[in-house]
Amino acid sequence: MNPAALKANLRDMPPGSTLLVNVDTFDQRNLDKAGYTSNPLTDGSLANHRVFEVPMTSITVEATKPLGVKPRDAERSKNFFALGLLCWMYTRPVEPLLDWIKRRFANRPEVLEANLAALRAGLNFGETAELFDHPYEVRPAQLPPGTYRNITGNLALSYGLVAAAQKAKLPLFYASYPITPASDILHELARLKHFGVKTLQAEDEIAAAGAAVGAAFAGSLAVTATSGPGVDLKAEAIGLAVSLELPLVLVDVQRGGPSTGLPTKTEQADLLLAMYGRHGEAPLPVVAARSPGHCFDAAFEAARLALKYRTPVVLLSDGYLANGAEPWPIPDLDALADISVEFATEPNHGDEFWPYLRDPETLARPWAIPGTPRLMHRVGGIEKEDGTGNVSYEPENHEKMTRLRAAKIAGIARDIPGVELDDQEGAELLLLTWGGTWGVGTAATRRVRARGKPVAHAHLVHLNPFPPDLGDVLARYPKVLVPELNLGQLSRLVRAEYLVDARSLTKVQGVPFRAAEVEAKILEMIEQ
Amino acid sequence: MTATNGDGGVQLARKDFQSDQEVRWCPGCGDYGILAAIQFMLPEVGVRPEELVFVSGIGCAARLPYYMNTYGVHGIHGRAPAIATGVAIARPDLHVWVIGGDGDMLSIGGNHLIHALRRNVNIKILMFNNQIYGLTKGQYSPTSEVGKVTKSTPFGSLDQPFNPVSVALGAEATFVARTHDMDRKHMIEVFKRAHAHRVRRSSRSTRTATCSTTARSTRSSTRTLGRNMLIELRHGEPVRFGAERELGVVLNELGEAKIVRVDEVGEDAILVHDERAPTRRSRSRCRGSPASPRCRPRSGCSGPSNGRRTRARCSGRSPRRPSSAVPAISTRCLRSAPTWTVA
Ligand SMILES: Cc1ncc(C[n+]2csc(CCOP(=O)(O)OP(=O)(O)O)c2C)c(N)n1
Ligand code: SF4
Ligand SMILES: [Mg+2]
Repeated sequence: MNPAALKANLRDMPPGSTLLVNVDTFDQRNLDKAGYTSNPLTDGSLANHRVFEVPMTSITVEATKPLGVKPRDAERSKNFFALGLLCWMYTRPVEPLLDWIKRRFANRPEVLEANLAALRAGLNFGETAELFDHPYEVRPAQLPPGTYRNITGNLALSYGLVAAAQKAKLPLFYASYPITPASDILHELARLKHFGVKTLQAEDEIAAAGAAVGAAFAGSLAVTATSGPGVDLKAEAIGLAVSLELPLVLVDVQRGGPSTGLPTKTEQADLLLAMYGRHGEAPLPVVAARSPGHCFDAAFEAARLALKYRTPVVLLSDGYLANGAEPWPIPDLDALADISVEFATEPNHGDEFWPYLRDPETLARPWAIPGTPRLMHRVGGIEKEDGTGNVSYEPENHEKMTRLRAAKIAGIARDIPGVELDDQEGAELLLLTWGGTWGVGTAATRRVRARGKPVAHAHLVHLNPFPPDLGDVLARYPKVLVPELNLGQLSRLVRAEYLVDARSLTKVQGVPFRAAEVEAKILEMIEQ
Repeated sequence: MTATNGDGGVQLARKDFQSDQEVRWCPGCGDYGILAAIQFMLPEVGVRPEELVFVSGIGCAARLPYYMNTYGVHGIHGRAPAIATGVAIARPDLHVWVIGGDGDMLSIGGNHLIHALRRNVNIKILMFNNQIYGLTKGQYSPTSEVGKVTKSTPFGSLDQPFNPVSVALGAEATFVARTHDMDRKHMIEVFKRAHAHRVRRSSRSTRTATCSTTARSTRSSTRTLGRNMLIELRHGEPVRFGAERELGVVLNELGEAKIVRVDEVGEDAILVHDERAPTRRSRSRCRGSPASPRCRPRSGCSGPSNGRRTRARCSGRSPRRPSSAVPAISTRCLRSAPTWTVA
């Protein structure tokens, strides 16, 4: 770290942690720039940390000098020095790094050589400098057997959509307007043309959502993705899809709001927007991904619900999941469920086709696509008569249709799994997470249990409707804690729905919770 | 008139394109004529009802899909070009028509319109230009003429209107035409050409873009719409009009169109209409020409157009910020409805 990095990151370093500082950068100018009035390396303010002062710049310059690299250019290689040193400290294999550097800088031999020299210098520094008593060894993570790859949330989400389209035997139509942190989905899908994916970079989010409605009417698996500001713009078109009862997936990769907010930072503050952000009674299913790899499964599930129930579905991801990567067991595509649906091919009411004659079980209406003889019909956002689909302003009919649309969504509870519950004997407190807080929830649960305190953890992938047994699960625990990166949105929903005294732990700093924060709150509530 | 459609040899007629829904425009509304022209035209071009999708936004004009026995989406205000883009990209095999009013297309949906045109998507856009917001009962629209007195412009509209043809040409539409709701023959001819218009843009796909602007009026206004109020443009023919074809159009050195008397400039000076000429843009701007559509629907949707230029008058009277010169709202004003006192 240089003085600026130290200043910015010190608060994330718990007491006793190790700091590596590039001592070459701690001159008066840099200290002033970072806003230090005295040198933290000498004023005792870092007494609670193990501080290693490494002259990274000068060693890198020395190491690359024989190659004829000028000091200014050499400085740029010092991150590879740091990487080499970390490899030594954590006993990581260097071969993959060497390969990567050789590939990455193949076209610039002088940079390639300088980086390799810096990396080796870092490794050697760890070996020979007597600063460090011993290297750490990180054992491989305990993962179930299978073939893995690294994947980011946005990529997994893109693949999940393509897989869903294939399992639905439908073309995928994806329309979007660029916005951080959702743009990568457009970039990924645009490359997958050969899988029958059509992408449209629309003129704005309204057009993207409108085009998705059109493609859904025409018989595609239609998807549009965006982030908060775009969700605001799409609201009217999503309401239209609710009224037209057409399948559509709206992906919201959440970021800090309101307005432009924190475009590159994460937040979970669009849950209530997803639930209620349309005029009129316009319920729709809401599904949230819990980890980068899970974005694949969540996208698949969102598509399944949309197609089966002929409804727009909101799929929530967030900036942290979208850009975060994790090892991902590559799924066996053959093992994925068949989610295909039948298009209507015949009149369903004597000689006539009634576009709003519902399936008695799912309450979904038939999907008759243009090009089908004898099933010509018109759908519109004006209220329509149940069954015929003709425009209707009848008071009773509007109430009936409003309740039917609500019942259709509520009925999805019968078609989704029960609560994912990690219970423990004697647990009095239930930690309830949704979306990206799943990871920190499991970590905090482990830490509390390691202290000998029982705690249960439940995670929600389906946020509307909730899993059918959620009420029963909540009622079993005297204490419920909901950690959220917002001011308490899920906690509000479960309080309203189940009359439980759910407490919330909230944070809106654009960064995820740390396990220690959630752990501390659990322990505090257990003691109360 | 009927025609054979497809290999089955089935004769389709106007009624095959009519839905069972009661048509609910005001009596005398020009939209009836446009609907009829579309329904007469389709059997003649040999397209089957199931291959057609009519997509619309919101407005009186946008109700049209309900009256067509085809596939149809009555969407949301202004977004029909976007919805239709989705239909057309997903299904290149379909014939997709977009229906909307001047407010729908040029105000709230202006952005979608120009982008649909520049993308050259395989859709036909039919704008019913009545120069007013009909459905919402008569506010001025982006094609209302300066000075138009409407409910929302009691002192006359200040805004310069769009010329829809210029907009479409400016957005690089590949087929642009204007026709008139009282001239069924011409409408059918233009719609047929729109239907047939396909542009091979790239090796990947065959796409079409059409902006066919239909001026609309009611019978009451067209009674006054004589021969000297319409200029009919025909490819390869001199641009002449008037009861005796005594008027014509010439281009000046700036490429601007001007109306002249043919006997004053001579037959040879008159512009010959060339559909593919690069200068056609300027011709769309034959400003203040009698060709600009008139609409005075009988009910609901329009205030009288008195053509007064009100900008100068109003600019002096409507300061940007309230100042002491602006009288405060008076008690008399607040009491302009019956009042009563409770003891
Ligand atoms: C988002 C939204 N804003 C406003 C309206 C109200 N509205 C409906 S139609 C219309 C204007 C219609 O004018 P035009 O498009 O010219 O169609 P016309 O009725 O004249 O055929 C307006 C403002 C609406 N339906 N939706
Ligand atoms: S309000 Fe105007 S545009 Fe609408 S139906 Fe009546 S006449 Fe036609
Ligand atoms: Mg209008």
